[in-house]
Amino acid sequence: MNAPVLSVRDLVTQFDTRAGAITAVDGVSLEVGPGEVLGIVGESGSGKTITGFSIMGLIDKPGGIAGGEVLLKGQDLRKLSEPAMARLRGDRIAMIFQDPMMTLNPVLRIDTQMIETIRAHRDVSRSRARDMAAEALALVGIPSPVERLRTYPHEMSGGMRQRVVIAIALMLEPDLIIADEPTTALDVTIQSQILSEMQKLMAQRNTALIWITHDLTVVAGLAHRVAVMYAGRIVETGPVDALLDHPKHPYTRGLISSIPSSVPRGERLVPIKGMTPSLMNLPEGCAFAPRCPRASETCRKARPDRQDLATGRSLRCFHPLEEAS
Amino acid sequence: MTALLSLQDISQTYVSSPDLAERIANLAGANYQETRVRAVNGVSLEVAEGEVLGLVGESGCGKSTLGRMVVGVETPSGGTLSWRGVALEQMTTQQRRAWELEVQMIFQDPFASLNPRMRVEQIVGEAAVIHGLIRRSERRDYVADLLTRVGLNADVMSRYPHQFSGGQRQRVGIARALALKPRLIVCDEAISALDVSIQAQVLNLFEDLRQEFGFAYLFISHDLGAVEHIADRVAIMYLGRLVEIGTADEVFENPRHPYTRALLAEAPRLDRRGHSFTPIQGEIPSPLNPPPGCAFHPRCPLATAACKTGVPDLRAGRDGRRTACILEQEEVA
Repeated sequence: MNAPVLSVRDLVTQFDTRAGAITAVDGVSLEVGPGEVLGIVGESGSGKTITGFSIMGLIDKPGGIAGGEVLLKGQDLRKLSEPAMARLRGDRIAMIFQDPMMTLNPVLRIDTQMIETIRAHRDVSRSRARDMAAEALALVGIPSPVERLRTYPHEMSGGMRQRVVIAIALMLEPDLIIADEPTTALDVTIQSQILSEMQKLMAQRNTALIWITHDLTVVAGLAHRVAVMYAGRIVETGPVDALLDHPKHPYTRGLISSIPSSVPRGERLVPIKGMTPSLMNLPEGCAFAPRCPRASETCRKARPDRQDLATGRSLRCFHPLEEAS
Repeated sequence: MTALLSLQDISQTYVSSPDLAERIANLAGANYQETRVRAVNGVSLEVAEGEVLGLVGESGCGKSTLGRMVVGVETPSGGTLSWRGVALEQMTTQQRRAWELEVQMIFQDPFASLNPRMRVEQIVGEAAVIHGLIRRSERRDYVADLLTRVGLNADVMSRYPHQFSGGQRQRVGIARALALKPRLIVCDEAISALDVSIQAQVLNLFEDLRQEFGFAYLFISHDLGAVEHIADRVAIMYLGRLVEIGTADEVFENPRHPYTRALLAEAPRLDRRGHSFTPIQGEIPSPLNPPPGCAFHPRCPLATAACKTGVPDLRAGRDGRRTACILEQEEVA
C-alpha cells in the first residue's frame, strides 16, 4: 500500500474538570491511505468525535492533547503553530459535521462563505473563486449551482445544506476529510444520495476519508476498514469484511447482534447488557469488562494492550472470540 | 372481529392564515393568501388486537401527525377514527375516556417527554391515580411493580429524570404508558434517540411486554431494520398518503410500490459491503406545494404520463397486495 495520508500514534486527549482529568481519547492509533475509507464506530461517549477534533487540532481549553503524534503525510501536526494549522485546515484536511449549520453561517449567503474559504487559501480572483464554488456545488449534485450560490442556508433543505458543506470540504481538494456523522440526521433516500456522491468523489480524487458514525450498517456499505471505539480506546480494527463477519472483540460482536436486521424476524435480539460507562468513573481493568459475557478476573484488574494480528487486524482483549464463531 | 383501531380516510390539514402585518400589506396590494398543508391525506388503516403495525416514512411524510391523531392529541380534520368499532363522534363520554386511556404514547425524546420537576413515582403513577385505576395509597406498590417490569430497580422511583441515562428514561416513559393498562401503544420513533446497544434492549422489552400483556403497537419509525424486526404488518407513507400496506413478509421480501423498493434498496444493511449506492433522485417535495398526480412521480424511475395527472388510491392489485400505484393496478386490468 502507498504511504498513509494520516497516521495517528498513541493519541491521548484529556479534559480537565473539577473532578480531575478525564481521558476522552486514550492511546488511539490509526492510519488512512489515499482513497481509503476508514470507519470509526462507537456509541455516544466513546471518544470518536473527540478523536476527529484532536486530529483537526480543534480541542479547546480545558481540553488538550496530552500525548501521541498526528502525522499528515509525515508532518507532525502537533508541532505546528496555530496560524500554520489554520492554513492547513480547510486546505489539506477538512471536517464535515453532523449539523451542517455548524459549518455554515446563517446570515451569509452561500457564495460569500465559499468564496471566502477559497480566497483564504488560494490566491485567486473573486470571479475565479465564484466559478470554483459553482463547480464544487455541481460536483456534489446540487441542481442549478449558479443560482444556488446566491441563496442563504435557511432556504435549503437539510440534505442540500449538507451537500453544500461537503462541497466546501472538497473544494480545495484536501488530502484527508474527516466526516462526523454527516448523514445521521438525514432521511434514508437523502443519506443514500450523499453516500453515493462521497463514494464516487473519494475514489476519483484519491482522498482519504475518516467516517465517524454510530451506525455499523453505514460503515458496512462504505468503509474499507473499520475501527471500533469504546470508552476512549480503539478496541478492534480490521478490514470491513473480516471485522463484521468474524468479530473478535466481544463488544464488536455485541454491537453487531444489537442491530435488528442481524437476526431473522421473530427472533430475539442479543443486546449488550448494561450501558456505556461514564468516563469520569471507568472501571479499573478493561472498560468493557462489567458488560462483557467473557470477562474474567484478569479483565477486571488489568487493561488489555493492543495486539496486532495478521491480516491487518488489531485487538484489545484478553479473551477474544474464536474465528469459527 | 372488529379491529381495535380503525382509520377511515383520515386527513389532517393545517391552515395558516395571513397575520396582521400580511393583512395590512394585502390592503396595500400585496397578495398573501391562506396556506394549507395537508399533513395527512386520506389514510385508511386498521390495527387489530395484539398486532404490531409498523408505520414507515421519511421526515415530513405525516407519520407523527397520524400517531398524534390516534392518541387524541390532535383531532382529524376529516375522516373517521373508530376505537373498538365506535366512531369518535359517536362515542359516549365513557367510551371516549376508555379510548383515551387505552391508547398510550411513547415519545421519541426521552429528555423532553418527562417532567423534570417530578419524581419518577409521580410521573409513572399520577395518571393512574387521577383516573381512579388505583388509590393514592397504592401508588408506591403499583409504580414499583411497573418499574420492575420495564427492567428498572424499584427504588429509583424517588429520583428525578435528570438522574437517568437516555435508555433508562425511555424505560420510565414506557412504564408511564403501561400504568394506564393500555391496549394500543403508539411508539413515535421511540428508539431512534438511543444508542445501538440500548435500542436492542428496548426493542426486546417491547416484545416481552407484548407477550405478557398482548398489546397492540403502532410502531412509527424511519428505521427499516427495527420495523422489519418487530412489525407484523407494515404501512409505508409518502407525503401524507399511504403508498403501500401489507404483512412484513410481503413488504420486505417483495415490495411493490417503487418508493418502497427504493427505500429498501437504499437502507444500509450489515450484509451490504462495498455497496455502490444507486439512489433515487431528488428530495421529498414540500407538502405546501405537492406535485400533481402521484406525489412520488417526480422521483419515480417508472413514472409515465398517467402518473402526472391521476392520484392513485390505495387499492388491492393482483394477488391482493395493496399499493397506491397506477402501474401496479393497471396490471390487474
